[in-house]
Amino acid sequence: MKFFGEHLLPGQLGHFFIILSLVASIVATYAYFKATRAQMGPEADNWKKLARYAFITETISVLAIFSILFFIIYNHYFEYQYAWKHSSRSLEFKFLLACFWEGQEGSFLLWSLWHCILGLVLMRTAGKWESPVMTIISFTQVCIATMVMGIYFGDFRVGSNPFLLMRDSGLYDNAPFMHINGDLAQPIRLDYLSYIKDGNDLNPLLQNRWMVIHPPVLFLGFASTIVPFAFAIAGLWQKKFTEWTKAALPWTLFSTAIFGVGIMMGAWWAYESLTFGGYWAWDPVENASLVPWLILVSGVHTLLIFNHTGHSLRATYLFLLLGFSFVLYSTYLTRSGVLGEASVHSFTGDGMGYQLTFFLLVLVIPALILFISRYKSIPTIKKEEQTSSREFWMFIGSLIFFFAALIIIGKTSLPVFNKIFGTQIAAPEDGEFAYNQIQIFVAIFIGILTAVTQYLKYKSTPAKFFLKKIMVPTIISAVAATLVLTYGDINYNRQSYGFLIQIWVAVVCAIYAIIANAAYIWLGIKGKLALSGGSIAHVGFGMVLLGILLSSSKKEIMSYNTSGIPKDFFGKNSKEKPGENLTLVKGMPMTMGKFDVTYTGDSAHPKKQQWYFNIHFKSRTDNEEFTLRPNAFVNYKGNEGLMANPDSKHYPDHDIFTYVSALPNKEKVLDTATFASHKVAVGDSIFYSQGVLILESLTSRSNLPVAGLNPGDQGTVAKLRAFSFNKSSYAAQPLLISAGGQQVSLPDTIMPLSLIVKINSVDGQTADIGVKESDAILDFVTLKAYKFPFINLLWLGIVITATGIFISMARRIKLNRLTKES
Amino acid sequence: MKKIHIIGLVFIAASIAVLISFLQTTSTYDTVDTAISKKGKFVHLMARWDSTAPLQYDAIRDPNFLSFTAVDSLSKTIRVVYHNPKPENFEMSERLVLKGKFNGEFFDCESIQTKCPSKYKEDQKVMEKSAQQTSSL
Repeated sequence: MKFFGEHLLPGQLGHFFIILSLVASIVATYAYFKATRAQMGPEADNWKKLARYAFITETISVLAIFSILFFIIYNHYFEYQYAWKHSSRSLEFKFLLACFWEGQEGSFLLWSLWHCILGLVLMRTAGKWESPVMTIISFTQVCIATMVMGIYFGDFRVGSNPFLLMRDSGLYDNAPFMHINGDLAQPIRLDYLSYIKDGNDLNPLLQNRWMVIHPPVLFLGFASTIVPFAFAIAGLWQKKFTEWTKAALPWTLFSTAIFGVGIMMGAWWAYESLTFGGYWAWDPVENASLVPWLILVSGVHTLLIFNHTGHSLRATYLFLLLGFSFVLYSTYLTRSGVLGEASVHSFTGDGMGYQLTFFLLVLVIPALILFISRYKSIPTIKKEEQTSSREFWMFIGSLIFFFAALIIIGKTSLPVFNKIFGTQIAAPEDGEFAYNQIQIFVAIFIGILTAVTQYLKYKSTPAKFFLKKIMVPTIISAVAATLVLTYGDINYNRQSYGFLIQIWVAVVCAIYAIIANAAYIWLGIKGKLALSGGSIAHVGFGMVLLGILLSSSKKEIMSYNTSGIPKDFFGKNSKEKPGENLTLVKGMPMTMGKFDVTYTGDSAHPKKQQWYFNIHFKSRTDNEEFTLRPNAFVNYKGNEGLMANPDSKHYPDHDIFTYVSALPNKEKVLDTATFASHKVAVGDSIFYSQGVLILESLTSRSNLPVAGLNPGDQGTVAKLRAFSFNKSSYAAQPLLISAGGQQVSLPDTIMPLSLIVKINSVDGQTADIGVKESDAILDFVTLKAYKFPFINLLWLGIVITATGIFISMARRIKLNRLTKES
Repeated sequence: MKKIHIIGLVFIAASIAVLISFLQTTSTYDTVDTAISKKGKFVHLMARWDSTAPLQYDAIRDPNFLSFTAVDSLSKTIRVVYHNPKPENFEMSERLVLKGKFNGEFFDCESIQTKCPSKYKEDQKVMEKSAQQTSSL
């Protein structure tokens, strides 16, 4: 049967390359395995040659799959499910790449591609370690290649094929109009493609520039953790327990830097385009990638200890093996669908749970068995580290990171626990605090250790030497920390007082870490840039800690509700919690912090159901004014409702962050009406087009329960009653508040009549009442706004940390070269 | 025994203690009846929106007040009050996870997670819609 308008060639080529990549990676694994076994000589060389050809073939295949998939998406071939599901004609070119990583298949391909590239680098640089290390990587590539196969064995599907055709996907099985004569029993109609005009599009929340760059960097981080893992396995397997550590160090540093940057790019994306009001929510998906990173950091430090002193080799093995193992575990968590209820942004299951479990176990279990069975043979030093030595405290720091990681993953694994034991345990009431209350201690201890450990020498440190060096930075830190705590106004009051004190201590430790490490660049290594990688990275890390502590504990909600006040004011439900969202009626300024905020208008995206809302901020204390344009997708592609993207105003020391949390649920109509002013006394009537308004009373009140008002501030309430021609009557109670010499009018709305009334001024028992009739529904937006202080410290800290690690990495590569030459 | 081993054991003990105490703070998935029986205790109420009962939400009067009726799989109903804007996809959702506690009068909800029809069904619906638009052109 031939269907009209289909482009089948790309898909067929794609299938071919998927199979080729699978076969090539199997050949590469086997040949590298044989080469490792043969050790040296012509046999090993021949196997290695074959293995390299196979691996290069595989790289070409993966590139080809990638390009073909991109070709399909770029040309909008919606006969392919992947293109239909993840893209649309209106999607901008810059987001086309993001379509790749929206689906499981594309992100597996990305991961695979990074393995290929890392593999090619290893081929050139790994020397005698090439064969065993590449055996492990090629084997992992076999596993990943099966993930995109989409072949059935009986009823069991292995992998999910990105080149699946729509008509084979089962999506039409219940769609009569796609079948001949509209009859489901009949085959699919030959001209079915003419009914598919557009794709389902990329999830609007992913239509963000950070979504183009964050996944590739994060996946490079994920992929690179396999290199230290493979080196460790190779060491155990070849019983060359100590020789691999120098070669593995630059790779481990590389992985730590890229992985960390990848995670934080995700945090930035969350901050820029999600609306949970922050960059980190302890969501399982976030935790799943943080945990292997923490373990990897432990691994870097024990690896350094071993290279300098010969201690901690066993721990190094454990950390490097577990780093990649937890990458696999996180893959299982986020892609198998096991998180279900627990996470807002994991992949759906797609029925690949068993395969992902297998992928996890087939690599982790042999690795751990190998580690345990060779554990006794791994050399150790009998003599204990001295408490005054650098290695001792570095090791303690590594242990803290490791256990912090275990605690986080333990809590995150609640859904897995439920699945295994059939329990129904749900997350605690304050999920974020459950993490924060423990991790604050980690921040404190790591902060101190980061500050002092560099001042210790390997082996042992004379007390006098240590005290002399650390004296100055300690004094500077103490002064700086005192200033910050005195003037910083850190008063986080959502938890107990004890927690606030812990925050203060952690702030002090973070400041100490920054200053002590910055000072060490001069005191310890005399400002030599090439040697200062570690110190720079630690300064950055201290800034990250401080940025996290300040931005989280000093976060303020600016949009405390005042427009809902009339309801509170008249005591209908006095138990109200203060609302965190504020409704802005178009053209009517509202108070938000020191700003008068007005919703001035909106504009639509030319091609999409996406609106940009102009929110004008005008300061009452100075001349500052600016406009933020948060946007939202409304009823987008069948997703009824609102998907909001925030907008922020960046200052050096804080951000003002705002997003739309609700919109009128009607068709948008322009509102051109204005307020008409009427001077009336109590008992007088005001006529409007649909009836009459009567001013019933004017009363003056103090003690207004309005945020930001003093008890002495006076307010006037006007009671108005509106009678419409159809005899129904409605009450309205606008408010005029005089606070600090300023008059603020809080209008009231009679929705059924589309009437807004406000008090312009009051003079005894006479008032100037403004009446606005809107022939359409009112235009308004409901906003949430935050003030995030010192968030830039966090972002800057990330950049500095990564820079420091890269300087360190460059130095280690150079050192390795020098030893090789000599 | 080396110092480091002792410290390691202390960390292991501490981690186990932390995880056990975490298990004690966890909550439960509940129906209307069991949520009412656990008055004042934080639960995850599994229910859906009862569209036959009135829903109160007026963003102009108070954007932080949503009141509606939830019905669970046993057809028991409860009034829910939520001090935030109405969530996205609220009307579309086929299931709601309501996190909060019963306060004797109504279910005081702190957060609502909407569960939309499965992606698969959603895809079908979107496809039908776009096809209908095409055929009506």
